[in-house]
Amino acid sequence: MVFNDYSDLNPVQLDVIKEIGNIGAGNAATALSAMLGNPIGLTVPEIRLLSCQEVTEALGGPENMIVGILLSLEGDFAGMMMFLLPQTFAHITLNALLGVSFNDFSQIDAMGYSAMKEVANIMASSYVNAISQMTGMRIHITVPDICIDMAGAILSVPAIQFSDISEKIIFIADEFLCSDEKAASHILMIPDVQSLEKLMGKLGIDL
Amino acid sequence: MSNSFTVGISDLKVVRAPDVLVTYALGSCVGICLYDPMNRIGGMAHIMLPSSQETGMKGDGYKFADTGIALLVKKMEQTGARSPLMSAKIAGGAQMFASITNSTIANIGQRNVSAVKNILAQMKIPIVAEDTGSNYGRTLYFYAEDGRMKIKSAQRGEWIW
Repeated sequence: MVFNDYSDLNPVQLDVIKEIGNIGAGNAATALSAMLGNPIGLTVPEIRLLSCQEVTEALGGPENMIVGILLSLEGDFAGMMMFLLPQTFAHITLNALLGVSFNDFSQIDAMGYSAMKEVANIMASSYVNAISQMTGMRIHITVPDICIDMAGAILSVPAIQFSDISEKIIFIADEFLCSDEKAASHILMIPDVQSLEKLMGKLGIDL
Repeated sequence: MSNSFTVGISDLKVVRAPDVLVTYALGSCVGICLYDPMNRIGGMAHIMLPSSQETGMKGDGYKFADTGIALLVKKMEQTGARSPLMSAKIAGGAQMFASITNSTIANIGQRNVSAVKNILAQMKIPIVAEDTGSNYGRTLYFYAEDGRMKIKSAQRGEWIW
């Protein structure tokens, strides 16, 4: 079959992406545990196809402040990937990494931004490695770019990017557990349609 | 009593005084507010992309600067506004991420803003206020009562045009 749109993914193919999400999140939890020096637990990721509007709602509404981290994927598998992290996630990681607690995004300084980018880099590599391991594809990621602002404004960037690909976007929701704190992490996968076809082909799924 | 109406992404709405239009968290998208002060009719469009002419683009006309603004003017005229009386206030078109090089979205905010300006110039609608560019999100309120535009940002407070 030929994909025109992410909505063309059938349940089996969605399961494949879910499994990539699972392995990626597992890798990410391991990497984060090592980086933060704290065991990190993880709930089973939830994967959904959502419109941009629905993603905004899932993130607490358009004006909710979040951290957005954007990376481009290049090589055998091309596209974009975006991490959307709430304030609690930023708090947990920065607290563990830099030993500073902060209550508000406006308190994050250059060091904090840099640390958040590094966390995103590690998480992105974890997911990308999952795809590489499963398929043997060579994938490069670009240096992450960070933005802390209203969810709606951040989401306008992937929305514009996929507006000519698909009405719906692949949305992965994880929940990380660190000590007694819980933090959600959301990931948007925006692969090129050809890359998605290639991925399914490599895995021998329904082509 | 005024009512408030939300303009979504790739959406447009037209109201009469004293109603208020709002669009939340504009990033690289551009919000276009048109006002006819005689008839006290205000309209707002929230566009995502510069042009419907670019190849491979799908979706309705509300998404693009060229078709979106034309549809907004038409809808305002149907409501009783007259285009020679209209003036525009525009906001948004930020670059949320500093180093994007991807061809579709590189400088998309800036491209959206210049497309909007071109279309408005072609339609001979003067731009009386502009709050565009930079790197932060904006929530936009537009009051059909007197045509004022209020901008709210996350970390810079709010101000009026």
